[in-house]
Amino acid sequence: MTKEENIVQELLKKFPFLKDKAKVQRVRRVVAETPAEGFEEVFVYAKEDLKFSILCTITGLDEGQALGFIYHMARTDGITFSLKFSVPKDKPVIKSVFKYFPNSDIYEREVMDLLGAEVEGLTKGNRYPLPDDWPKDEHPLRKDWKPKGTAASGALPDEEEKI
Amino acid sequence: MRKVVIPIGPQHPALKEPESFSVTLAGERIMAFSARLGYNHRGIEKACEARTYLQDIYLIERICGICSHTHATCFAQAVEEIAGLETPRRALYIRSIIGELERIHSHLLWLGVAGHEVGFDTLLMYTWRDREVVMDILAELTGNRVNYGMNVIGGVKRDLSPEHIEHILKAMDILEERTKYYIQVAKEETTLIQRLSGVGMLSREDALSLGAVGPTARASNVARDTRRDDPYAAYAELDFKIVTDDHNDVYGRTLVRMGELMESYRLIRTALKNIPDGPIAIKSPRKIPAGEAFSRYEAPRGEDVHYVKANGTDKPERVKVRAPTLANIQTVAKMLEDRQLADLPIVIAAIDPCFSCTDRLITVKDLNKRSPHIVKWEELRLHGIEWHRSNGIDFSKLNKKFAQEAIRCY
Repeated sequence: MTKEENIVQELLKKFPFLKDKAKVQRVRRVVAETPAEGFEEVFVYAKEDLKFSILCTITGLDEGQALGFIYHMARTDGITFSLKFSVPKDKPVIKSVFKYFPNSDIYEREVMDLLGAEVEGLTKGNRYPLPDDWPKDEHPLRKDWKPKGTAASGALPDEEEKI
Repeated sequence: MRKVVIPIGPQHPALKEPESFSVTLAGERIMAFSARLGYNHRGIEKACEARTYLQDIYLIERICGICSHTHATCFAQAVEEIAGLETPRRALYIRSIIGELERIHSHLLWLGVAGHEVGFDTLLMYTWRDREVVMDILAELTGNRVNYGMNVIGGVKRDLSPEHIEHILKAMDILEERTKYYIQVAKEETTLIQRLSGVGMLSREDALSLGAVGPTARASNVARDTRRDDPYAAYAELDFKIVTDDHNDVYGRTLVRMGELMESYRLIRTALKNIPDGPIAIKSPRKIPAGEAFSRYEAPRGEDVHYVKANGTDKPERVKVRAPTLANIQTVAKMLEDRQLADLPIVIAAIDPCFSCTDRLITVKDLNKRSPHIVKWEELRLHGIEWHRSNGIDFSKLNKKFAQEAIRCY
């Protein structure tokens, strides 16, 4: 059995709810999808027991009715584990993983700005990456958000018309 | 002592790109440091969703002017994986060769910037002169000094000719000799050693917990390198050493980058010797089947990661980029703890930050006119010419003269 298959077996043994949801995508790539309630325990298990000690980044996805979040973790032997969960778009609350990975805050601020996630437990700090005067309810990576007034379209952005 | 908070940037002589830092000082000592990123955010991830995979390669290549091949390769790898394309081995070798040439130009560029930040401008002049050797090679191989345009989905666009190989090998000899001299300077020049030693300390534990990548991590004795850990392109078939150092400071980061230059010369020679014959690309479908892939690449600044999700059309559903500087910027606060303000420029420079990579819309608004609008490029250029003219600088006669001379030449 390969190392990757081993990881999947360990995950399935510990978390039966991952049945059919955890798989080896290819060599050195393990992926899993978990219900939002189970995320934290799988995440901590992956970090502590399966030795995925590196948090590469967090990807946010707009899935129509839900927002998806993928936590890309890596081990020193090159195997990566992408753990995904989704939350309803009308209540997009996720918990900060800052206490496990002190480098997570910038990635969490990114999903807050660009996708409108609400991150519980995140310390106060500068927003990233949008400007300070960017409207609070506009999140550019949501599929229904369209860039307004770009030079290419020749149209004026709403806020400019107000000036 | 009363604490003073001073802003550094977004426009500041110590920074090469716009980012804003806030530094709390007690006298000359740094008590706290925070960064406000986002000044270079150009909305590239969103823009990718509105363009085809082929167009995205060109767009993604422009995330960074230095690591352009890095981002294009990282993206192409992800798309090839989703589409199930088997990239020809020769193309993988060419990607590795261009990638190493990019690393050489980037590290030489860094060495010059580091020299400049500590007042050693002779080093800047020397390294940037030598960097032209690799820039010329890149221009010869790809047609461009930056944004090489070498990648396509399924391989590379240009092949290497025997003459190219000969020129690269000659250039490697020149650069190797020069790098040996710089290593000697770094090991013997007392002023440089004293200026860099103990500055910007980052312990191994902190490098690990803060997720440092690339030379920043390796100079804190973290032996991580995506080329070895998660091999891509031709790296699984190439032999190279991961250069680490246990100085944990800016001096260590300098030694690591210089050691990596030597390894890159060796890597390129081996790759050129072993490069297989065959095609350099396979045809890629316009529409990419639904799927997702996570791709990693060891950029000159550290690990670059891309996530691509395809939905069966010719445009991606989602493209996510995490450039190395975003991983490393978080270590800077630690490096500056209780240090002197004068160390700030070199400490920031020592992670070799690239904020263009880190942030990825720029619009220029004209608010003075009666109807505010977004300024077009040509308008901006004419405004610049008019502004200079009103300030007594007029190039119109000179331009006319040049134009006439150009006509004569034809």
